[in-house]
Order: sequence, then structure tokens, then C-alpha cells
Amino acid sequence: MAAIYSLYIINKSGGLIFYKDYGSSGRMDTNDSLRVASLWHSMHAISQQLSPVSGCLGIELLEADTFDLHCFQSLTGTKFFVVSEPGTQHMDGLLKVIYELYTDYVLKNPFYEMEMPIRCELFDINLTQAIQKDRVVLLGR
Amino acid sequence: MQFFGGSEISPSPPAPTALGNNAHMMYVFNRSGVCLLYREWNRPLHTLNAQQDHKLMFGLLFSLKSLTAKMDPTSAEKGNLGVPQLPGQGCSFHSFRTNTYKLSFMESPSGIKIILVTHPRTGDLRDSLNHIYNLYVEYVVRNPLYSAGTPIRSELFNTTLDQYVRSIA
Repeated sequence: MAAIYSLYIINKSGGLIFYKDYGSSGRMDTNDSLRVASLWHSMHAISQQLSPVSGCLGIELLEADTFDLHCFQSLTGTKFFVVSEPGTQHMDGLLKVIYELYTDYVLKNPFYEMEMPIRCELFDINLTQAIQKDRVVLLGR
Repeated sequence: MQFFGGSEISPSPPAPTALGNNAHMMYVFNRSGVCLLYREWNRPLHTLNAQQDHKLMFGLLFSLKSLTAKMDPTSAEKGNLGVPQLPGQGCSFHSFRTNTYKLSFMESPSGIKIILVTHPRTGDLRDSLNHIYNLYVEYVVRNPLYSAGTPIRSELFNTTLDQYVRSIA
């Protein structure tokens, strides 16, 4: 079964605004998740500098021994990245669904301050549903 | 851990672009960050000068290794971020992909890092990198005139490498 280990959302300055862990033994405390998010933001930017051709938008997929990291960057610079099992399919689709949920339940929330940590209940509920549905669909195959 | 070596000898200059070669460029670093080899076949965009480019590449890989070791979801006990990892210790990444290129990475147990930058739709190049490492051992390490930690200046190695990389893509 394809498993998502965790989800991070970082704002355009590299600060972590959302972190959710879905049951991995590598669960991190707040400080570490903040550091990891900023580090990823910098690595994403540096990878654009090292491109041999112009028009590079940054890392989309990082493949490691025990996990894959899929990253989606919106046009405004907000990055959504998901740590999943190696070889998980359709993570790009999932990231776009999460982006849509973000625009609907976070950005359209009049009490939400831009670039601040996300504390929107509806976003959490719908996010959990989207990820569960993803699992069920994959199980059913 | 001492980085970047003392001397400023630059690696062998890139050969004129070999036509029909689909790979963009290749780097070989040793464990201190000295760039032993830089081959360029197809690189329209140069953002930085050679020295800075090598340092940036090494720095990126060093930090990415640190990041993957920390983010490993299967191991509970990890060191802190930024602690240099020994080769083979902790989870390491083997490739990353952007919209314009794919970078494949391999680190040998002795700390020799081989990086190959290709077009984004390349498949898994781990076996190819292993083969390149074997070429390095045969043509460079076993050459009695080569001293470790210095840039590689072997025409035979370069030619064999070019031929092999052309055959991968």
C-alpha cells in the first residue's frame, strides 16, 4: 500500500506553516521540522542555480533509499512537499488536490493571516479525507 | 573535516562538446570536497564561474545528504542536522529531478562522490554510476602516476568515460 509519511507546507520565505506526520517512526519535534523546512527551501533555490539549461523551477522529486520526496511549488512560491514510500505513484495529483484545499479552506478564510502557521479546522478535516481517499483508491486497485 | 583542499589547481578543462551526447555534465568529488573531475558535454547555461560552481554543487550534496538522513521516516534515532555523515551511514539520496534536469548521485565507501546531470526523463542510473566508479578504479586509482586527492588528468579515462556516457543515453 502506498504510504504517505508526512506533509509539509512552507511559505514563500521558507518558514514552515504546516506539518503533519502520518505515522512514521521518524516523527520530528517542532524545532527539527522547522529546520528541515528551511533547509529544503534553500536546497530548492540552490538547485535552480546549478541547472545546465535555463528555466529551472527547482526540485520536484528527490529519491532516497527509504523514501521519496515530492515537491510542488505554486506560482506564488508556496511549497507543498510530501514524504512517501519509494515508488509511490500519483503524488503530483495529490499535491495539486492539497493545493486546491489550501486555496479553498485557508486562503479564503478571512481570519487567516498570510504566511502564518495554518490553524484552520476545515482544512485539517478535508486534508485527512483527501489522504484517506487516496489510500482507499490505491487499496482497491 | 577539512574541505576543499589547499591548492587551487583547477580540474582538467572540459573537452569540446561531443555531439550526440545526451548527458549534460558530470562531477567527481573526493571526501574533502576537491573536485577531481568535471566533464561538460552540453551546458548552455553557466550561472557561476567554475570554482564557485563546484563548491556550490558539493555544498548542495552535502546538505541534501544531511537532510535525507534526518528526514528518514524509517529510523527513529538520528543525529542532529548538520552533523557530517560517514559514507554509508544513514539514509542517502540517489537522485533528484527538476523540470529541466535530473541529477544522479553515488557515493563510494571511500567518500568518492560521482554526479551525473542528464535530461529529466532519464531512468535510474545507479548501475551506470557503479560502472563509472569501476572505470575510475581501473583507469585512475590503479595508475601508479596518479596521486590521490588531485584532479584527474587522464586522456584514456576521459575517452572511455565519454564513450560510456554516450552509450547510456
